[in-house]
Amino acid sequence: MTATKPRQSATRAAQLGFLQAINQAQTEEMERDERVVLMGQDLRANVFGAADGVLAKFGAARVRDLPLSEAGSIGLAAGAAMAGLRPVVDLTVASFVFVAMDQFVSQLAKVRYMFGGQARVPVVVRAALYYQGGTAGHHADRPYPMFMNVPGLKVVVPSNAADLKGLLESAIRDDNAVLCFEDANLWGRKGRSPKPADDVEHLVPLGVAATPRTGTDVTVGGIGQGVYLAIQAAAELEKDGVSCEVIDPRTLVPMDWPTIEESVRRTGRCVAVDPANRTCSAASEISAHVVETCFDALRGPVVRVTTDDVHVPFSPALEKQIYPSKDKVTAAVRRTLA
Amino acid sequence: MYAVRLFEEATIALFHAGDLPAMVHLSIGQEAAAVGACMATTSDDYMTGNHRSHGHPIAKGARLDRLMAELLGKATGVCGGKGGSMHLADFSVGSLGESGIVGSAIPVATGAGFAAQVRGSDQVALCFFGDGAANEGVFHESANLAGTWKLPVVYFCENNGLAVSAKISDTAAVPDIAIRAAGYAMPGVVVDGQDVLGCYRATSAAAARARRGDGPSLIEAKTYRFHEHAYGLAVPVPYRDQTVVDSWFDTVDPITSFAGRLLAWRLADEADINAVRAGVEQVVEQAVQFAKDSPYPEPEAAYTDLYAAPEEVDA
Repeated sequence: MTATKPRQSATRAAQLGFLQAINQAQTEEMERDERVVLMGQDLRANVFGAADGVLAKFGAARVRDLPLSEAGSIGLAAGAAMAGLRPVVDLTVASFVFVAMDQFVSQLAKVRYMFGGQARVPVVVRAALYYQGGTAGHHADRPYPMFMNVPGLKVVVPSNAADLKGLLESAIRDDNAVLCFEDANLWGRKGRSPKPADDVEHLVPLGVAATPRTGTDVTVGGIGQGVYLAIQAAAELEKDGVSCEVIDPRTLVPMDWPTIEESVRRTGRCVAVDPANRTCSAASEISAHVVETCFDALRGPVVRVTTDDVHVPFSPALEKQIYPSKDKVTAAVRRTLA
Repeated sequence: MYAVRLFEEATIALFHAGDLPAMVHLSIGQEAAAVGACMATTSDDYMTGNHRSHGHPIAKGARLDRLMAELLGKATGVCGGKGGSMHLADFSVGSLGESGIVGSAIPVATGAGFAAQVRGSDQVALCFFGDGAANEGVFHESANLAGTWKLPVVYFCENNGLAVSAKISDTAAVPDIAIRAAGYAMPGVVVDGQDVLGCYRATSAAAARARRGDGPSLIEAKTYRFHEHAYGLAVPVPYRDQTVVDSWFDTVDPITSFAGRLLAWRLADEADINAVRAGVEQVVEQAVQFAKDSPYPEPEAAYTDLYAAPEEVDA
């Protein structure tokens, strides 16, 4: 296993976890800029574990527990941003975005454009992707592709804690609405990463991909946990002499197309691994873009590894099979080589 | 009020001349509510409105020529031609925008009030919405949040009794939206929406309460729209009696009734009123001319304003 996780060889004390990353990013940005306010459900009791100490540090004016009012909360954040604050909203479970969809689309995404550039909406909305754990139909969605389809929003899906911290800090400083989807499968060991130095500002720019593994035969793009699966598959394929380059876009809007195109032009093959439902997924967008821009360089089909187009079933006997897995990624890579 | 009336009558003429790229939702008959409420605020205070959209920014102090240019989709419009009638906004006078999705700007005003509270300013947020919007979930969510956090928001319901064609008696369980205030620990008052001074007094009291830190209020102005939901909209089945419309127009036109009161109280004579009317007529005429003379935006403008460039931040 260690071969698949070269970045995780450090001791636990030198590593950063997902929840710590969120806490550090939020705390540092609230210290840096008094306009940053934190809002969320069960935040002050720190039920989700990422808000440790913020209430004591910043007080009740800037740390607010929200009622169960997702639409009201997102609209409130938009209005507060238009009036000078920089709200961070913890929406907890990503499936709850649907309750607030009108406010995301009609207000957060559109006001700047509709009003001819008068509005600034520096809002960050965080939501966790809680799939793969028996949460069933109402808690396990991975809805980020829907927001990729809405102009005016930025969309971030980090795959390790250091990136999460750095992307979140950039998102809070960005003058636009940024949606940060956090893959809950990475909360534990999988998402840990070397801890950035305490005394150095750790910013990861939006719209810049990472290449956690270089290779020459196939480009494997991964989203969230998809990066982890891609790295695992790459290690397995290496035994057969297949060299995979793994690319983690980290930001889905704006997507770092130059990095993806450059890699695919070099390898001639592409697999996109995405925990979202297959139709109109981020993987679909990557596939279409690669075919449009790199067709002459392709030596095999572009293949998507996604969640099947069904809702998430409860029973463990039903659930596991629908998601991307290391084996599905391995098979997809072999298909591009065939 | 007269500026709102003439501005909208000018849009009717532009509509028939084929100069208006889309329908407009007229507030003719409802001017006293918008004007009375906005006169109780300053340009530092925030305001959001709805698709019946022209009266709010005019009353808030926005320039009529730039508003009219926006209606014609011109580059000089308040939104550079990207918003149009239903999405007028003029941040320079605190107008954070009208909203075409019924009710969707209610939480936005609530957020502006929240920002004022966090920053410790004495600004208030004036939130216009109709009786139809009062049935949207975000009205409840916003009023509950504002009541809980004691936000400086004035919820101002322009109740014209109709959601397109649906009567409030068929769509709301209570006849007065204002009584819902009790559920949010805020005062709720009903005012005569045709009485500009009554609307002004109620909003002034609510704004003062908000500035004191005592939280939000809900004002319901009973008003009436004289035209269709949208100008030019053909409704196949009559849903209201024209004699009722006529009687409202004849008896409770907010403009003629206010002028009558000024005369009765000897605060103005006919000459004064005529002078005001003439001044407004000139401004509206100039606004229409400015809008017509203004250029359309360059096609490239369709691709700007989607995202903000980094803001200059003071150290």
